[in-house]
Amino acid sequence: MDADKHFVVGIFNDEDVLLDGIRKVRSSGVKIQEVYSPFPVHGIDEALGYKKSRLPIAAFMFGMTGTSLALLMQIWMLGYDWPMIIGGKNFASLPPFIPVTFELTVLLSALGMVGTFMIVSDMKPYKWPRQFDIRSTDDMHVMAIDLAANGGKSKDELKRLLSDSGAVEVNEKSFE
Amino acid sequence: MGHLTIVEEKFIFTPEAKKKILILLGVGVFLFVVGLWLATRGGHQDHAEGHSQVATQQLVASIDVAAASDTHAEGEHHETAGWLKRLYTTLWMNNIYFVGLGIIGLFFVAIQYAAQAGWSSGLKRIPLAMGHWLPFAFGLTLVLWFVTNHDIFHWTHSSLYGEYVDEAKTQPNPDYDHIIDGKAPYFFWPGEAGGFPIFYIARMVIFFGMWYWFFTMIKKNMMAEDLEADTKYWFKNRSISAWFLVFFAVSSSVAAWDWVMSIDTHWFSTMFGWYVFASWWVTALAMITLIVVYLKDAGYLKVVNANHLHDLGKFVFAFSIFWTYIWFSQFLLIYYANIPEETVYFIERMTTSPYSWIFFTNLILNFVLPFLLLMTRDAKRHLSMLKVVCPIVIVGHWFDFYNMVTPGVMKNDGGLGLLEIGTAFIFLAAFLWITLNSLSKMPLFGKNHPLLEESLHHHI
Repeated sequence: MDADKHFVVGIFNDEDVLLDGIRKVRSSGVKIQEVYSPFPVHGIDEALGYKKSRLPIAAFMFGMTGTSLALLMQIWMLGYDWPMIIGGKNFASLPPFIPVTFELTVLLSALGMVGTFMIVSDMKPYKWPRQFDIRSTDDMHVMAIDLAANGGKSKDELKRLLSDSGAVEVNEKSFE
Repeated sequence: MGHLTIVEEKFIFTPEAKKKILILLGVGVFLFVVGLWLATRGGHQDHAEGHSQVATQQLVASIDVAAASDTHAEGEHHETAGWLKRLYTTLWMNNIYFVGLGIIGLFFVAIQYAAQAGWSSGLKRIPLAMGHWLPFAFGLTLVLWFVTNHDIFHWTHSSLYGEYVDEAKTQPNPDYDHIIDGKAPYFFWPGEAGGFPIFYIARMVIFFGMWYWFFTMIKKNMMAEDLEADTKYWFKNRSISAWFLVFFAVSSSVAAWDWVMSIDTHWFSTMFGWYVFASWWVTALAMITLIVVYLKDAGYLKVVNANHLHDLGKFVFAFSIFWTYIWFSQFLLIYYANIPEETVYFIERMTTSPYSWIFFTNLILNFVLPFLLLMTRDAKRHLSMLKVVCPIVIVGHWFDFYNMVTPGVMKNDGGLGLLEIGTAFIFLAAFLWITLNSLSKMPLFGKNHPLLEESLHHHI
């Protein structure tokens, strides 16, 4: 069976049941593709066994890029390209550069973080996201299990596992 | 997390802990005595009467036209020995620094009530215990002010006021200082300029009195809540806290002008109230965090976990940046405007020996290090990193206060040696003793606090 095409989808209506369900499904050796929630659920990262995000590292790198670019830009502009006397200070003096440096650091780290997050989360402008169940945007938590990564379990066994784990409803979903 | 049963805890101020603080006190007294002895016979002070004094006056006079009259004013009064002036300076500076730790203890508790914060319910007693320093701070400030006023506060010299010496207004007063005379009502109202500073002392008494009154009210309700599980105490404290915060917003600024900024009488900065507040606030946050960390280490505070430490770490991190923001806002405007009577403040500190290295160390300890060391999530959640950063911030802001007070009093005869370190140790030992002693006299957290359960489920 092709991976990433055919799914069993469990619908949960309570986040505590969902958290227990996630632990139960994972402990039986089944890999969860993704869980969709209408609101942030505390502790879901730990339950799903997600590794620590490396986004802060990216943010720091983007921030440092902003700091360096801002300083280089200003030193080059006011120190070399077009020196101007402002308040009798040196052409390239640090204190007046700080506000611009600060702003560019914040701007680049914020934009860089958003961009990195969108690329990592596979949110591209031309890509329409897959919808396992529209109710994940409303009042239900949705757990998707890829049939190709089922830990040696059949479709029926997976469905039973989801029902036993507290899903109020179990569906199948295939994508072309 | 949620399944924790709440067991009331009581901090025991053990003989070992007392011994450690007494050792700190002993070391402090030893350093103080040796430092004082060195200062009285130190070579440095020998030319305090000689060329270095002259150099200072030339430096000041060349920068600050109005300050030139200092020379006359000082000449007329009895000149205090250099070592005594140095002693007064360090006593006043340490006292103001620890006043901050005490009042911010109360401020932290009030902020939590007014913001209806749940996360901090388990650790509010630590800042509350720090507030017990307030009555001692009051006594010290009042006594120290009356002992040191002529040496620390230039504006207390009566000869600066009154344009003419005689009734007929024929003989001009050689010491007359037009600028300080213009500020006289701020100190002496409703009395006569140069007399007893009624307004100034009244503010000091009212501020401490009101702070202590708010402190006792909030503490009374917290203690009553322990005996009776009723949310009315929480609601009472919330409204008391809101009133306190309004009062503190004004009084902390005015206190900063009175006790710190008025040392450099000619100079003023509209940012200064905020600046002193920012320094006090982040120091006290580091102190609260450090005490929580050590209590956790000793097995106390089961209700505080990594999530609460994370919040405290974020506080120290964020307000280190806030302090830097205030510092820089004050610096940049003065730097750019380049008005002599304003820049003199930074020239005295940034390019004058012996303060120059402290000026830059201040920025490294209070901005660069906390910013880089506390940036990651893990650093804020682990005791080991907090144990490194909090002392850095506490020491860093001691340097900050040193440089706020000392250059204005000592000009370039200031010293940073055993005397200053010893005084700081003595104050620290006394402060810790009062804090831990009062902490041991109440439960470590309020078991009936209505938001304690929320705090146990705190997750970030």
